[in-house]
Amino acid sequence: MALLTLKVNGREVSRDVAPQTLLVEFIREHLRLTGTHVGCDTAQCGACTVHVNGRATKSCNMLALQAQGAEVTTIEGLAAADGTLHPMQAAFRAAHGLQCGFCTPGMVMSAIDLVEHHDISTEEKLRAGLQGNLCRCTGYHNIVKAVQQGAAAMK
Amino acid sequence: MNAPDTGFIGKAVERREDARFLTGRGQYTDDISLPGQSYGVFLRSPHAHAVIKSLDTGAAAKAPGVLGIFTGEHFKEVGGLPCGWQINNSSDGSPMKEPRHPILADGKVRYVGDRVALVVAESVDQAKAAAAMIEVDYELLAPVIDPATATQATANVHDDAPGNECYTWAIGDGEGTDAAIKGAAHVTKLVFRNNRLIPNAIEPRAANASYNPATEEYTLYVANQNPHVERLLMCAFVLGIPEHKMRVVAPDVGGGFGSKIFLYGEETALVWASKQVGRPIKWTAERAESFLSDAHGRDHVSEAELAMDKDGKFLALRVHTTANLGAYLSTFASAVPTILYATLLAGQYATPKIHCTVKAVFTNTSPVDAYRGAGRPEASYLIERIVETAAKEMKLDPAEIRRRNFVRDFPYATPVGLTYDIGDYEATLNHAIELADVKGFAARRAASEAKGLKRGLGYSAYIEACGIAPSSIAGALGARAGLFEAGEVRVHPTGKVTVFTGSHSHGQGHETTFAQVVADRLGIPMEDVTIEHGDTSKIPFGMGTYGSRSLAVGGSAIVKALDKVIDKGKKIAAHLMEASDTDVVFEGGQFKVAGTDKAVPFAQVSLTAYVPHNFPHDKLEPGLNENAFYDPSNFTYPAGTYICEIELDPATGVVRIDRMSASDDFGNIVNPMVVEGQVHGGLAQGIGQALLEHGVYDTDSGQLLTGSYMDYTMPRADDLPSFNVQLSKGTPCTHNPLGVKGCGEAGAIGAPAAVINAICDALGVKDVPMPATPFTVWKAAQGAA
Repeated sequence: MALLTLKVNGREVSRDVAPQTLLVEFIREHLRLTGTHVGCDTAQCGACTVHVNGRATKSCNMLALQAQGAEVTTIEGLAAADGTLHPMQAAFRAAHGLQCGFCTPGMVMSAIDLVEHHDISTEEKLRAGLQGNLCRCTGYHNIVKAVQQGAAAMK
Repeated sequence: MNAPDTGFIGKAVERREDARFLTGRGQYTDDISLPGQSYGVFLRSPHAHAVIKSLDTGAAAKAPGVLGIFTGEHFKEVGGLPCGWQINNSSDGSPMKEPRHPILADGKVRYVGDRVALVVAESVDQAKAAAAMIEVDYELLAPVIDPATATQATANVHDDAPGNECYTWAIGDGEGTDAAIKGAAHVTKLVFRNNRLIPNAIEPRAANASYNPATEEYTLYVANQNPHVERLLMCAFVLGIPEHKMRVVAPDVGGGFGSKIFLYGEETALVWASKQVGRPIKWTAERAESFLSDAHGRDHVSEAELAMDKDGKFLALRVHTTANLGAYLSTFASAVPTILYATLLAGQYATPKIHCTVKAVFTNTSPVDAYRGAGRPEASYLIERIVETAAKEMKLDPAEIRRRNFVRDFPYATPVGLTYDIGDYEATLNHAIELADVKGFAARRAASEAKGLKRGLGYSAYIEACGIAPSSIAGALGARAGLFEAGEVRVHPTGKVTVFTGSHSHGQGHETTFAQVVADRLGIPMEDVTIEHGDTSKIPFGMGTYGSRSLAVGGSAIVKALDKVIDKGKKIAAHLMEASDTDVVFEGGQFKVAGTDKAVPFAQVSLTAYVPHNFPHDKLEPGLNENAFYDPSNFTYPAGTYICEIELDPATGVVRIDRMSASDDFGNIVNPMVVEGQVHGGLAQGIGQALLEHGVYDTDSGQLLTGSYMDYTMPRADDLPSFNVQLSKGTPCTHNPLGVKGCGEAGAIGAPAAVINAICDALGVKDVPMPATPFTVWKAAQGAA
């Protein structure tokens, strides 16, 4: 066991964790923040995407201890304290960018990173940016629209 | 309370369930942890076909944290997993072969991933470590993998199904079809494989089972599309648990697409073991397990012949299909390649003679069952590929050959057992042609050719049958259960309403669209309506959600219950207004005495129903709570035309979908935003089948070669275009109160043929097999050049 201290959704947390604990396990099982999902265990579906120090990261592909001292944001930490949705969350709702909701947290976290750090000025570039996140429900059509709308609202 | 002056039907209302899904507050099965939680891991067969000579759990049982290990020995006394539909052999009426489908392997394993043992431990890691210590001595047998040759294989998957045949079933007029083909001016022939697909809901299957010895009650949380069916099958046919001592909850479910309809061995073993261990047991599939053990879809091999006269008028269609059922009969496996497939072979056309034989075979592969569309994509692909091929051979425009053969008079009884109540196929065809800008295609093709690329256009005019019905006919066809739906409308004293539906939402948005229906009917705000689903302890009964049935069947049950509420409300209102029952009408949320200005609002009637000082006790019971069951009188028949335009590079075989245009007739639409979303998702799965997805087993070893996202090509955002989906004005269903048809599967049914027709058009070849991967297309381009 080793002591892990980090900030999650703005709050400092300290826990003893086994060295093989994955970041996603830490988030889901230790902190019980179950909005971050596991869809494939192999970093291919993106459902587990969170922000680590402001960058989208697949939390099934990283040990919890690698996040020592980091700032982690999960889907639970996106909306404002008064419940106002982040513009990307609001855009997903307005554009019907989700159906079953399982891929959604990872998709939203990736989308925010795309807007903040990547060129998504064309649909082709945006689709290329989304290819690390699988969705089986929407056919991506409305996700693309949602990210475009969310990007506009984030400006 | 002022009633809203406009209705909610037809409005793109934003979804209320999104509030929890977008903030991480959804609650999926794996998110639920119970006090004293323990964890289950399944040891699975590494072999496709083998006898278990010995199985030693001694060392594993002593491993740290282990609470129990269970094998086939423990389940010898309970039932096998049942199949819900009996198909009889057409030759002599004898029933299909139904070999035992054990909860855990019973002396033999029959596919890679077959369940051998359940290990329960304090943690997943401990359970996995213990599972690795179980010693199994296998004697390998030759696996049967290829469905086309399964009946000639020397090995038998099941000793009690010699020749690996489950049944051979036929429908239609064989002699008439043969005669029509013999006398035809032209016969188009095609042989195809409808590729095996692996459903891949992004939420893996999961279950959490517990037993309370004080009340002798079991609770099962499970990622499932129909919790009441799950409970009924598990209680009555497998474990013998009294049904009232079993609660099944299907909480938020992360996509189903059919794969979560079925009763699986995993949750059954968990329920049984939870009593033995005395702790709740949770199991969540890893993706590799999902690939191996979720029921797969499709996997047909078919030969088809379409006969026509000199003008391209269809005379007859003859089809022979071999359907792969996998190693065991899954819950609805037998119905998919028969009742849900061959009955759809008329398509949108008035072909007078049709005959189809279906040979269903066992192989040493994962069980095959319903996957989005379930039989109807296979039928639609066959018809629309052969019709398009016939058009080329007859040198007719593909739209024209369809026009010459469309069913135009309704109701129309097909030669394969269905009666279409209504449709307007010409309208959706014309609409799609307009959406696709077919007029501009020649210029676009020339532009592609100038760049050394090839461009093709493909049509697909699909029909499907949704809301499988009616129960009496389904029963006559072998269904072992009726196929109605239940709904309960509970009006609270203040006029707020909770609706309990037997349908289940796992992405379809019922909590919003059903609330639209209820608010519209009662003339109350949507905020006053809550939709409950997915819990057998709350919902009276339900058949669940599959086959695009939820609104057409489940929604109709709710409407029926609402009608009863309104009828009773009228009587209460009549009493309050001292009027005759028959003079009271219900409009805009008010009970009114016709022809007067007397009115009482809905909430006053509901308050009177529950806490009355002034109630007609002599005529009525208090309360405003109504149940209804709805049994449809027919299927619904959504139909439409999809047109796909592709551009491909003959040097690399890479296909790019340039346009996908869809005109669908789903009858009346409650929420167009949700309906279009359903079509988008279906199109993606249909395009996935056509271009990318293929479940492949090694024919020698029986190993699944596409057992991960590195090997099984899921459609990703950059594989797909934006779609041009437009709902046609539509012909409302004639036999349900909402006039709705069902929209969940259309995209997956209609898209594959449109894509492959477009590729064949681009290359000028007769056929390209699915999935049309770059290598496949490149090979076809070499042949065509």
